[in-house]
Amino acid sequence: MQLRPHEGLQIDGFTLGEKLHTGGFATIWAVTHPDHDLPMVMKVPTILDGYDGPTIVGFEVEQMIMPRLSGPHVPKVIATGGFDVMPYIVTEMIDGGSFLPVFQKAPLPLSDVIEIAARMVAAVADLHRQHVIHLDLKPENFLQRKTGEMVMVDFGLSRHDQLPDLLAEEFTIPMGTYPYIAPEQYLRCRDDPRSDLFALGAMLYALATGRNPWGTPETLRGVRKRLWRDPEPPRAIRPEVPEWLQEIILRALSVDPMRRYQTAAQMAFDLSHPQQVALTARAHKVRRDGWLQVFDRWRVMRKIRRFTAPVSVAAQLASVPIIVVAVDLSPQGERLAEVLLRAVKRMLTIEPDARIACVNVIKTARIGLDQGTDDQGNNLHVVRLVQLKAWAGGIDLPDHRLTYTVLEGPDPGQAIIDYATANGVDHIMMGARGHSTTRRYLGSVSAQVVAEAHCSVTVIRLREGGAAEPAAPPLVEAVPA
Amino acid sequence: MRIAVLTDIHANREAFEAVLADVAAHGVDRIALLGDIVGYGPDPGWCCDQATALVAGGAICVRGNHDNAAAGAAEAMSTLARKALDWTRDRLGDGHVDFLASLPLTAEAEGVLFVHASASHPEDWSYVTSDTKAIPSFRATTARLILCGHVHVPLLASCDLGGMVREQAFRSSLPIPLLPSRRWLAVVGSVGQPRDGVAQAGWALVDTARAELTFRRTPYDVQTTAAKVRAAGLPEDLAVRLLQGK
Repeated sequence: MQLRPHEGLQIDGFTLGEKLHTGGFATIWAVTHPDHDLPMVMKVPTILDGYDGPTIVGFEVEQMIMPRLSGPHVPKVIATGGFDVMPYIVTEMIDGGSFLPVFQKAPLPLSDVIEIAARMVAAVADLHRQHVIHLDLKPENFLQRKTGEMVMVDFGLSRHDQLPDLLAEEFTIPMGTYPYIAPEQYLRCRDDPRSDLFALGAMLYALATGRNPWGTPETLRGVRKRLWRDPEPPRAIRPEVPEWLQEIILRALSVDPMRRYQTAAQMAFDLSHPQQVALTARAHKVRRDGWLQVFDRWRVMRKIRRFTAPVSVAAQLASVPIIVVAVDLSPQGERLAEVLLRAVKRMLTIEPDARIACVNVIKTARIGLDQGTDDQGNNLHVVRLVQLKAWAGGIDLPDHRLTYTVLEGPDPGQAIIDYATANGVDHIMMGARGHSTTRRYLGSVSAQVVAEAHCSVTVIRLREGGAAEPAAPPLVEAVPA
Repeated sequence: MRIAVLTDIHANREAFEAVLADVAAHGVDRIALLGDIVGYGPDPGWCCDQATALVAGGAICVRGNHDNAAAGAAEAMSTLARKALDWTRDRLGDGHVDFLASLPLTAEAEGVLFVHASASHPEDWSYVTSDTKAIPSFRATTARLILCGHVHVPLLASCDLGGMVREQAFRSSLPIPLLPSRRWLAVVGSVGQPRDGVAQAGWALVDTARAELTFRRTPYDVQTTAAKVRAAGLPEDLAVRLLQGK
């Protein structure tokens, strides 16, 4: 490296302005460039004299991974510079700034904890979909956009499961940040996306309680304890933490990755459906486990060398899909609903770990107020929910993997698509109306979903030509005007 | 520039044709052949003609140890290779021999070094089978990327700023970024006689502008080639090897 960064330095058309941050391994500078009319920052690694292996490899990893990422949850890369002159990465400046000051105010009001958690988990889900595990999630590495999205930075320890892992053989000690590092990462596993979910769990714990689940260990020995020692339950520190939130946090903090959420999308789903989080003993815990239980775990864990890691990030995401089943509950749709139920059961034989989200849409008028009650004065929403649960009664799944949601909207197809997008759904299953005049005039909801959804869609049809079908069973019935 | 890199064709017409069709479908600017056009397989003449035509069209082509032996040089070889080579020599015309003898041992273009085996003393035909075995190649050249064959099993290694050479795990069909902070060496898999357990033709696509390399596999009609090997009276092991890809 020939150049050192300083204010006023010009390199590849960029002019360095103020130094914004000095970290352990890099400095961050405001930069301008005549061809790029947006606020930008330049990250320059602080390379010690001579050969500074860890810093260099970490920066190489960032230069390799960051340009391959896209979307609102990562900074957009403008340019990178080589080690021959001065290594750097220029990205857009994230307007909302660091998340650290917010984090330092923890414990936060619970509504804020839940809302921040949802945004953090959404960001991680997006990253995992792009084949990348961050492996160093901590408050300092989250920035916020003014539009609300959380942006992750610092990919120096990250792993892209389709690219060579330059860090694999470089270090002999576990890499990560001690308060948040997952047990399997401590055991030097670098290919499990569930490690990021553990770090999320540790951060949510801190946001909710104001302390880290295992304090702030400064030695590896201190980190190792989390293999057998359970943290103080959040409700013991702050009793107003709802049981469902404790369930989510402690599940994310499970030692064995298999007992955690299996994907960020699953965790996000629970955060947005709190009433349907299945509560286990974890939710009701009010104190740490007794010494005998901890001792038993210590005897097992002190010998453990590794946990089973998934084949790849993509394989892990695909093995636990979220499947939305859109059900038509009208009398005309009854036969179709039966066939759909059989199809869902068949799907569960090939996707045994899937989570099923049953959805029904109440169509509302585009303009004006809708009645929330039917002619007999029953609350439509509740009626539909009861019907939906009755329909799904034949699906043999534990509670935490089966949810029911009644949506409302003037455009049923759009309502289904929006729900699928918001919840990171992998697959939609729904019935299709037969050929009919009604469909010709109303358009097909399933065709719209097939055309516009961002995920796979399976459409179930009744066989034509069998017993006479009721005419035009609408997938989603209209509310009586 | 997008370069298709083919090596160790070994007189396998079906594999060569399949890869060339795949290369055309991917759209490349240049083709590079890293040697061993003949040897082992049943179609040495056709493969030589095809290589000659490609070179006339601007392709890079370097000489392999089987090409060298077919052109008359004395090469130490396994019994199997020796038997196949004696068979091959009888089926090559003067034109073929002249073409093979005229090939250079190395070629360089766009900062890439093309060589059949190790870049260090190419005429010794050393196998690059690990990061340790890649060290002499990195020492022998300043090229940013070294492409070689000879092993029939693909491998990727990098040499970092500190001179540390490490093998890098990779997956086929996915572009691998060749970081400018390192120098890289790729052993490209064999077109005509893969030995990594996959009975599909191996090759690589290099994009010098994007600094990316992709190891690729192309399925071909291996049954036909194996039948030709048997019909030609070549050793049975050569047919089995094709069918199993090892």
